[in-house]
Amino acid sequence: MALPKVKEDALAARLAVMPEHAGKGWLAGARAEALARLAAMGLPARRDEYWRYTDPAGLISPEVSAAAPFAAGDETPIFDGIDRLNLVFVDGLFDPAQSDDPALAGVEIERLAEAGGKDIHWAQGVYGVLEARGQTPVQRPLAALATAEATDGVLIRVTGRATRPVALHYVHESNTSDAILHHCVKVEAGAALTLLESGPGAARLTKVLEVEVADGAEFHHIRVQGRDHERRAATHIFARLGARSEFRSFTLTANGRMTRNEAVLELTGDEARAHVAGAAVGDGDFHHDDTVFVTHAAEACESRQVFKKVLMNGATGVFQGKILVKPGAQKTDGYQISQSLLLDEDSQFLAKPELEIYADDVKCSHGSTSGAIDETALFYLQSRGVPRTVAQALLVLAFLAESIQEIADETIAEDIRGRLEAWLARHAAKAGR
Amino acid sequence: MTAILETSQDIREGVDRETIETVQAMAGKYKYGWETEIETEYAPKGISEDIVRLISQKNGEPEWMLDWRLAAYRRWVQMEEPRWAMLNYPEIDYQDQYYYAKPKSMASKPKSLDEVDPKLLATYAKLGIPLKEQMLLAGVEGEAEPRKVAVDAVFDSVSVGTTFKAELAKAGVIFCPISEAIRDYPDLVKQYLGSVVPQSDNFFATLNSAVFSDGSFVYIPKGTRCPMELSTYFRINAENTGQFERTLIIADEGSYVSYLEGCTAPKRDIHQLHAAVVEIVILKDAEVKYSTVQNWYPGDENGVGGIYNFVTKRADCRGDRAKVMWTQVETGSAITWKYPSCILRGDDAQGEFYSIAIANNAQQADTGTKMVHLGKRTKSRIVSKGISAGRAQNTYRGLVSMHPKAKDSRNYTQCDSLLIGDKCGAHTVPYIEVRNNSSRVEHEATTSKVDDDQLFYCRSRGMDEEEAVALVVNGFCKEVLQALPMEFAMEAQSLVAISLEGSVG
Repeated sequence: MALPKVKEDALAARLAVMPEHAGKGWLAGARAEALARLAAMGLPARRDEYWRYTDPAGLISPEVSAAAPFAAGDETPIFDGIDRLNLVFVDGLFDPAQSDDPALAGVEIERLAEAGGKDIHWAQGVYGVLEARGQTPVQRPLAALATAEATDGVLIRVTGRATRPVALHYVHESNTSDAILHHCVKVEAGAALTLLESGPGAARLTKVLEVEVADGAEFHHIRVQGRDHERRAATHIFARLGARSEFRSFTLTANGRMTRNEAVLELTGDEARAHVAGAAVGDGDFHHDDTVFVTHAAEACESRQVFKKVLMNGATGVFQGKILVKPGAQKTDGYQISQSLLLDEDSQFLAKPELEIYADDVKCSHGSTSGAIDETALFYLQSRGVPRTVAQALLVLAFLAESIQEIADETIAEDIRGRLEAWLARHAAKAGR
Repeated sequence: MTAILETSQDIREGVDRETIETVQAMAGKYKYGWETEIETEYAPKGISEDIVRLISQKNGEPEWMLDWRLAAYRRWVQMEEPRWAMLNYPEIDYQDQYYYAKPKSMASKPKSLDEVDPKLLATYAKLGIPLKEQMLLAGVEGEAEPRKVAVDAVFDSVSVGTTFKAELAKAGVIFCPISEAIRDYPDLVKQYLGSVVPQSDNFFATLNSAVFSDGSFVYIPKGTRCPMELSTYFRINAENTGQFERTLIIADEGSYVSYLEGCTAPKRDIHQLHAAVVEIVILKDAEVKYSTVQNWYPGDENGVGGIYNFVTKRADCRGDRAKVMWTQVETGSAITWKYPSCILRGDDAQGEFYSIAIANNAQQADTGTKMVHLGKRTKSRIVSKGISAGRAQNTYRGLVSMHPKAKDSRNYTQCDSLLIGDKCGAHTVPYIEVRNNSSRVEHEATTSKVDDDQLFYCRSRGMDEEEAVALVVNGFCKEVLQALPMEFAMEAQSLVAISLEGSVG
């Protein structure tokens, strides 16, 4: 089917500003296929049902709106206290000088920009493959764009239990950087990896992370998106889970003008477990969208989606979540909760939590709530001598707790709690609450 | 073991087996599938401006009504049929059906029920609908005070008769076919028709605006509590004919009415179209209860035949403290596309939606509600129970919208789905839009089979398995059944029981 003229033009304009990236070998083929997928669907538009609550304009425009990097001052960078293998990207390009030597027992790491010329067999079964699978039943054109046009990325194969987490740190330097990253991870049977991601990456970041978790393997993912106020990001996680495997992902978002985080998880082996969670705090010009699609295609799998947002001064939170239980995926246990705390009259929460179920012996539930902070609880704490701002911070942290609990590593969870507390204190002071 | 099981015929635990068998047997059990042999006058097949003019002329309508219809028709030809619902059906050929069918005996309008063709009266008698005044609805005998229910009976494209008109008139209540209202109360109709569901609202509502042939009109004057329940019974009889009725209910300040709607159709191998519009205007302090038992022919177990039901229902709570309650039991139709909605415009207005949707065999239902909160301190409550069996697909689709000005409003939504058998589907598609922080919105949904813990608990109290299942399933629907007026609660309960007979014991 031919694309409407508007969509065709928008895509042509976007592709026209793409830098040359002479992809080689197998990678060139995968990129060409992705480009064909993209050409067939076009870029997202406001009228698309899947973009009902998030205007994609700033994510698809040929020019990037300027965004200044955030000055963190003397704050300790996140994950600094963790013994990790650090890989640094500056405005979307890998920076070997700032990165650690990519040598870790049981882990093979390749740079995407150099991968085309090498015969990396495993990556050919992942790169663009999981993204392509994730295009039905809902189209995700920005993911196809990232497969076709990624400037850089890493390919990580895990064959044993990694002794240290691999950390991807994204530095944003240029006010108008437009980074497109694509990473692939394959955790082989029985292997395990923790992947950390931090930093905004660029004024605009378009990113795909494909993760294949083989039978009995474990993949833990913790991400802290940068605090740059003006940055925009469209990120995607595509994961395929084998039997008895475990996938856990947690994302913390504070600030950012526009963030769309998509997670597309497919449980294809029996007794797989997938947990995906997010905490987002936004003040003012902040639009945050969590779009999650979990497919149960095997028996006795468990999935959890836990998303919490705290919004103030006209910030907008969006949640679109879906649990799809395919025929035969009996004994499925699916859970989904999306909640928002609106700290003032101007903020808003828009949600579409869906269930689509084709098997009868399942337990699936979802809940979604939205409202203000509980005045009675606030009053109670104040009556016990807790100052109002502290009481409010306590209640907000309690509200976010369920999502932070999804982080398996207690040190990191504690660190994130502390950072959220500091953020809330700063913003409460600013607002004079 | 892997991924997708080849869906097997295996049935777990004895409970399910009987239930499934009963449910399968249901397909042949549609009680109202017979046909009345009656001479019928049709308009020519298909739809065109001429057909619209013909319908208007048959109803003896004034010019303004014809213009209204034509405007809708011209709009409709430019519209596209919506395809966003989780419904799968072949393209409908809108030119391959009749838009107007009327029993020949109705050529000259009978002045009273005594003049109505006895065959038509017999039809309604057989359906259990009392068209004679003083008669009681089946199932409610033995009450100390006989309950009266006024009935407007719509047969294909025309209203056959309306009972208790005189007694209602004494109270100032107008209850008549809408075709009559257009002639006798043009000011009321002009003021309110299309004010809740505009002509251009959606594809099916626009089609209805162009070709609606009859329906009911209700006006409850200020401060009046309608002395009896009002009801409309829709019967499709003619073959290859669509039914397009339009209902307009106006509850003036401080009034109250409870309105019941029922519908059936004969068994036919060809799908028939039903596209109705119901508009309800509720002014200050008024309350309307609207209850539906939708039992159109659902098609056979292979999905052959059945009614395509595309309905637009909306209530506009215009005044402060206006209140509306929709209750629906959806058991029939091959395709159900229906979202009774509440616009809560007045401050402290209230909207409630209670629904049981049972989809069996090849039935597909995509139904739910919209709660649009505009006024301050408005409240809404949604309780939806979906039961899927056979190869049926059952979707709840709903919207809860809190506008910035709807301060201190409240919504509670609960949608539960029960699956019987491993070939059916149950889906939930809620939209939640909260644009102020003093309002609270809660949405919960669950999908499960008959709960093992609950069964175990009942069994541990000495119940046998069948009794236990009966209790659990009845409990599943109870919240909605209790919201129905008594006359309907009887019918609805038995309908639910029939679909689950065997396991209910």
